[in-house]
Amino acid sequence: MPSIDIPPRETQPSGAQYLAVQASPEFQELRRTLRRFVFPTTAFFLIWYASYVLLGAFAHDFMAIKVWGNINVGLLLGLGQFLTTFIITGLYVRFANRELDPRAEKIRNEMHWSQQ
Amino acid sequence: MNHLTLLAEGSKIGNPAVNIGIFVAFVIVTLVIVIRVGRRNTNAAEFFTGGHAFSGPQNGIAIAGDYLSAASFLGIAGAIAVYGYDGFLYSIGFLVAWLVALLLVAELLRNTGKYTMADVLSFRLKQKPVRLAAATSTMTVSLFYLLAQMAGAGGLVALLLDIQGRAAQSLVIAVVGVLMIVYVLIGGMTGTTWVQIIKAVLLITGAAVMTILVLAKFGLNFSHILGSAQNMVQEATTKGVSSRDVLAPGAQYGGSTTSKINLLSLGLALVLGTAGLPHVLMRFYTVPTAKEARRSVVWAIGLIGAFYLFTLVLGYGAAALVGPDKILAAPGGQNSAAPLLAFQLGGTILLGIISAVAFATILAVVAGLTITASASFAHDVYASVMKNHKVTEDEQVRVSRITAVVLGIAAIGLGILANGQNVAFLVALAFAVAASANLPTIVYSLYWKRFNTRGALWSMYGGLISCLVLIIFSPAVSGTKTSMIPGAHFDWFPLANPGIVSIPLAFILGIVGTLTSSDAGDPELNAEMEVRSLTGVGAEKATHH
Repeated sequence: MPSIDIPPRETQPSGAQYLAVQASPEFQELRRTLRRFVFPTTAFFLIWYASYVLLGAFAHDFMAIKVWGNINVGLLLGLGQFLTTFIITGLYVRFANRELDPRAEKIRNEMHWSQQ
Repeated sequence: MNHLTLLAEGSKIGNPAVNIGIFVAFVIVTLVIVIRVGRRNTNAAEFFTGGHAFSGPQNGIAIAGDYLSAASFLGIAGAIAVYGYDGFLYSIGFLVAWLVALLLVAELLRNTGKYTMADVLSFRLKQKPVRLAAATSTMTVSLFYLLAQMAGAGGLVALLLDIQGRAAQSLVIAVVGVLMIVYVLIGGMTGTTWVQIIKAVLLITGAAVMTILVLAKFGLNFSHILGSAQNMVQEATTKGVSSRDVLAPGAQYGGSTTSKINLLSLGLALVLGTAGLPHVLMRFYTVPTAKEARRSVVWAIGLIGAFYLFTLVLGYGAAALVGPDKILAAPGGQNSAAPLLAFQLGGTILLGIISAVAFATILAVVAGLTITASASFAHDVYASVMKNHKVTEDEQVRVSRITAVVLGIAAIGLGILANGQNVAFLVALAFAVAASANLPTIVYSLYWKRFNTRGALWSMYGGLISCLVLIIFSPAVSGTKTSMIPGAHFDWFPLANPGIVSIPLAFILGIVGTLTSSDAGDPELNAEMEVRSLTGVGAEKATHH
């Protein structure tokens, strides 16, 4: 342990154990599952947000096109940012509950047993 | 955001006695709660994190309380009322930013750290230099954010409580500072969190009620509100307002290419800054597990998103019902849009409630910032760097309490000096520093195995210094009549927000620093951090209340 900030617990896994867990297929699968969701989703919402800000900065006429009453393209795209944020939040929670939590819990339990 | 530079003149609205009365009631209720929960502050985990014992929804509401500052409420509603669409752009950046926190940071941070951001950043790197760098940027970000809130408090008082004199405003700033010190000293993180929760509920409820009243006036037809807002703007007599198209972007950032790039720079800082704000990150330690950290971000996204939708209606509603002329002529200028709208809708009582909520907002945000900065000093600088970890946790709490008092006094002094300054630039700077100095290192240390100490130091100091230097030489500090020093001219950097330069620079410095160093780190520590961050093995447990 590098410091006393991380207090000693009754059964502290050793460095060798962490290396073994890190190399295990279960852990590699958890890591892959997480990254396969998180990285593309992050890329998607950052690009979508950047496109929106670019349109807001440089395409005023396009954003001002009226769609319905006084509601224009800019407002719809802005509300679209809200909508995608809420949808991505929902999708991530469903994904994490189904795919990440059970895998993480299994590895936690195995590490716990192997120390007993 | 935007100019909280309030002028102490002009017509007064409502009844200051009612405003003060409602605010005093808020202070009394929160103080009673803080004193009650403060009795439990017996150890460091309690004081710094509330014993990791808040539930996800509770923490989510507190995060919303921390995040929705007076600048968010008054600034964004005011910007929409006066500039229209460009004000809306701010709120979108502030909201989308939470996806970075949710997807990349919150859970892994909760699994790995204990009290501060530096716990995570220094986990597998060299403790002392990395902790010092992280504490430096934590305190810089917190100080700018703190200053913005304190400076805003003076102006807000002029508007809401009708306290006009400079000396009287200074006294109010001092009262805010003293209350904040009391909250932090007695309540610790538990007390501060409860203050945030109460404030968030009041603020969001108040905004929701006003939104319903506005929609009801226009037969629930949002398009109708927009039409009336545009009509009022066209009929405005204030110079330069009537030509604005407030329904499309460009009224504020439409002019030159520089101002368009400025908007991009601001957008980048907003979306990447949130997940690097130390007082937001520290909130993830107040819950017992990564799953609760996830739930708290979900609650925060729901509440913050709903709140920004309310401000959209309130901003255009203020333009339609109050009109830009009246808003710009009021003490406080565009920041008075929401209070004026409240007065229009519900008379003295609603104005009093909204004013007291806005003031309570400053108090709560300031308390959250103070506990973050003082925890970072005690835990990272004092215990780790100065005392080589040879201090007890009780000692850390003691040092943290002293730091909170010192910070509180400094914030009072600086807040009095900065009273009337442009608050927008202070808040935007806090986001830009957080995005440049903190976020690259957070992401690299969680996701990049090869990342090492040199990469972290180059990225953190490079991001911090480039950000500060560019701000000093920006139009925010000198060169224009809205600058901090209007008379001087050393504004060779054209953008008011440095993010578009300093954020990519910090990311690149992290890569270059890492690759030019042969330091590959300790494989066992690397494995430990990765396994812990993804599985939650060995994470800090909740203590029982």
